[in-house]
Amino acid sequence: MTERPVSPHMQIYRWPLPMLMSILHRITGCALYFGTLLMAWWLTAAGSGPKAYGKVAGFVDSYFGRLVLFGYTWALIHHMLGGIRHLIWDAGRGFSQQEREGLALATGVGSVILTVLLWIVGFFLIGGPR
Amino acid sequence: MNSKLRTPLARVRGLGSARSGTEHFWRQRLTAVANIPLTIAFVLIVVSLLGRNHAAAQQILGSPLVAIVILLFIGSVTYHMRIGMQVVIEDYVHGEIARLSLVMLNTFFTVVVGLTAAYAIFKLSFGV
Repeated sequence: MTERPVSPHMQIYRWPLPMLMSILHRITGCALYFGTLLMAWWLTAAGSGPKAYGKVAGFVDSYFGRLVLFGYTWALIHHMLGGIRHLIWDAGRGFSQQEREGLALATGVGSVILTVLLWIVGFFLIGGPR
Repeated sequence: MNSKLRTPLARVRGLGSARSGTEHFWRQRLTAVANIPLTIAFVLIVVSLLGRNHAAAQQILGSPLVAIVILLFIGSVTYHMRIGMQVVIEDYVHGEIARLSLVMLNTFFTVVVGLTAAYAIFKLSFGV
C-alpha cells in the first residue's frame, strides 16, 4: 500500500485547551456520578450512629481520604464551571476563537482557585475547633 | 428536516423522534442552574464538617437550613446526573438491548442513591 495522507487524530496534534476541558467535563461528570455513592455512604453513616460515622471519618481523615475528597470537590467545581461555559454558549455568546480559549482557561484555572478558596472558607472559617 | 414530510400536528407538538422533544435538554439546563448555588453550599457544608465528631455532624446535618439545602442538592443532582449519564450511554453503547438495559440501570442507580441519601437526611432531621 502506498503512503497516503491521513487525517490527524487525537495523539497526533497538540490538544487545544477547549478540547481538553470538554473531555474533562465528561470525565468529571462520570466520576461525580459514582462519587454520589460516597455522599450516600457519608449521610447514611451520619444517620446510623457514631460507630458507622467513625468509619467514614477514619477514611476521610486519612491522607488518601482527604485527597479523594479534595479531588471530588474539585471535580464538582470543574464540572460546574464547565457547565456555566455551556450555559454561556446556550445563550449564543462566547463563540469567537479568543472567547473559547479564554473560557477554557477560566474553567481550568478557575476550578483550582475556587476549590482551594471553598476549602479555606469551609475548613478554616466555618469549620469548628479541631 | 424536510417540512413537506412533516404533518402540521407533528410540527406543533415538536416532539421529534425521541418522543420527548427538548424536555431532556431543558431539564438538564434547569437542574444545571439550580446546581450552581447548591454545589457551592454543599462543598462548604462537607468541608466545614471535617474533623467534627458524630454528635456535631448529626446536629448540623439535621438542622433545617442545612438539611433542606442538602435535600435540594440531592434532588437536583441525581436528576441532572441521570440525564447526563443517559447521554453518555447513548453516545457509546450501540447495541439496542445493552443500551436499553443501561438506560434502565441508570434510572435505578440514580433513584436508589437519591432516596438513600434523602432518607438519611430525614432520619437525621426527625431522629426516627
